[in-house]
Amino acid sequence: MIKFKRVAEELNIPAQCRKYGLSIWQCPQFLFLVMGLVIIVSTLATYLIGRRYVEDPEKVALITFLLAAVLFIIAFVITGSFERLAEANRMKSEFISIVSHQLRSPLSNLKWAIEFLMSGRLGPIAPEQLEYFKILKENGGRMGELISDLLMVSRIEQGNLPLKKEEIVLEELIRKLIKDFEPFAKASNMEISFNPQAELPKISVDPSQLKVVIENLLDNAIRYINPAENHILGKETKRGKIEIKVEKRKNNIYFEIKDNGVGIPKEDRKYIFQKFFRSENVMRYQTQGSGLGLYITKVIIEKSGGKIGFDSEELKGTRFWFTIPIKS
Amino acid sequence: MKKILFIEDESALQKAFGEIFKQENYEMISALDGEVGLRLAKLKKPDLILLDLILPKKHGFEVLKALKEDTQTKDTPVIVLTNLEEAAEVEKALELGATTYLVKAQYSLEEVLEKIKRALGE
Repeated sequence: MIKFKRVAEELNIPAQCRKYGLSIWQCPQFLFLVMGLVIIVSTLATYLIGRRYVEDPEKVALITFLLAAVLFIIAFVITGSFERLAEANRMKSEFISIVSHQLRSPLSNLKWAIEFLMSGRLGPIAPEQLEYFKILKENGGRMGELISDLLMVSRIEQGNLPLKKEEIVLEELIRKLIKDFEPFAKASNMEISFNPQAELPKISVDPSQLKVVIENLLDNAIRYINPAENHILGKETKRGKIEIKVEKRKNNIYFEIKDNGVGIPKEDRKYIFQKFFRSENVMRYQTQGSGLGLYITKVIIEKSGGKIGFDSEELKGTRFWFTIPIKS
Repeated sequence: MKKILFIEDESALQKAFGEIFKQENYEMISALDGEVGLRLAKLKKPDLILLDLILPKKHGFEVLKALKEDTQTKDTPVIVLTNLEEAAEVEKALELGATTYLVKAQYSLEEVLEKIKRALGE
C-alpha cells in the first residue's frame, strides 16, 4: 500500500515539478515523459516508413528502438543526478533558513537590550556612550537585514515565496516609503522628487513584497553616490538627485527611479541581477551590502507578472524601471 | 494595576520587559514555557498575554488555541511576539484569535509597548 502511494507520488509530475520550483517545460520529470513519447512515436514512424522503402522494416525499427533505449537510459541517469543536485540545493536552502532563524533570536535580544540601554530607562547616558550604542544598534540592524535577505533567498530557492495579492494604490506606498527614507537621503545629501501621473489605476500585488522592491531600489539610488555630483566643498554645494516617476503604460503601471549616482560599469551590467554579485565600483564607494537586493527585487517583480530593467552610464547615473500589470 | 502575562523562554527579554513594565506600572507575570504559561493564564487571569511562539514544552500555537478555547481566557487579548515571520504563521496566529502579531526584528521596544497599551485600551 505504502509502495503504491510512493509510485503515485512519483507519477504526479506537476507536483514533482512544483517541489523543485520549476515550470513544467523546464522540469526533467516532465521532459523525460515527453522523451518517452517521442521515442515510441519515432520507432513506430520508422517502422511505418521502413515498410514502404526497406526490405526488412522490423530490423530498422529494432535498431532505432535500441538506439532510443540507450538514449532513454542516459536521460534517466541525468534525471536521477538532477534530483540529487536539487535535493542538495534544497538542503542548502533549508540550512540557510534554519541558521537564519537561529540567528534571529539572539539578535533581537541584542537589539532590544541596546534600545533599552539607549532609552535612558536605566539611568542617564553620557553623549560619548550614546555614540557607541548607536554604532552597536546600527550594526545589529545591518545583521538583521542580511538575515532577512538570506531568508528571502532561501524562500525563493525553495519555490516558497508567497504572494498575498491585494489591490493597492502604488502612489500611496511610494509616498510612505519616501518619507521613511527621508532621514537617510538627507544624511546622504540627496534630494528625492516624485512625479506620479494623476488618477492611476489600482494594481493587484503583495504590498509587503512590493515594498521590499521599492526599498531596495531607493536604497541603492541613495547609497551609491557620485562624489562629482554630490558634495559640499567650501561654498559649492551639489546635491544628488533621485527622480521617481509612475505612470500608466498600456496595460501596465510603469515605475521608474533615476539617480545621478556612480552608475554601473558596462562589464558588470549582465551580472547585476545575480545573487551575491557586487559591482567593483560599488565596492569602492560603499562597502556595505550583501549583493542580494536586486536578485530578490527581480524575482518579486517577475512573480508579480511584471518586468524589470535598467540602463546606466558610469559616473552619470542609473535608471531602474519595472512594470506591474494592471489586471492580473 | 493591570497584569501582563509574558510567555517567553528568553530570560534576557523577560528581564528587560520586566523592568519596563515596572516603570509603566504594570504587573508582570512571567512564564518560561508554554505549559506554565497556560496554567498561569487560568490562575492569575491577566489583562493581556504576550506570547512567543517557539516555546519549550508547548508550542505557542497550542497555547493560543487552548487559551481561545477556554471560557476563562478566551476574551483576554493575546499579542504574539516572535521571530517567525512567514506569512503562513501570521495567518495561523490571527485565525486562532491573536489580537496582534509582532515580529521581534521589525519593532522597537517602545513600539511594542505602544501596541500593548493599545490592546489594553489605554
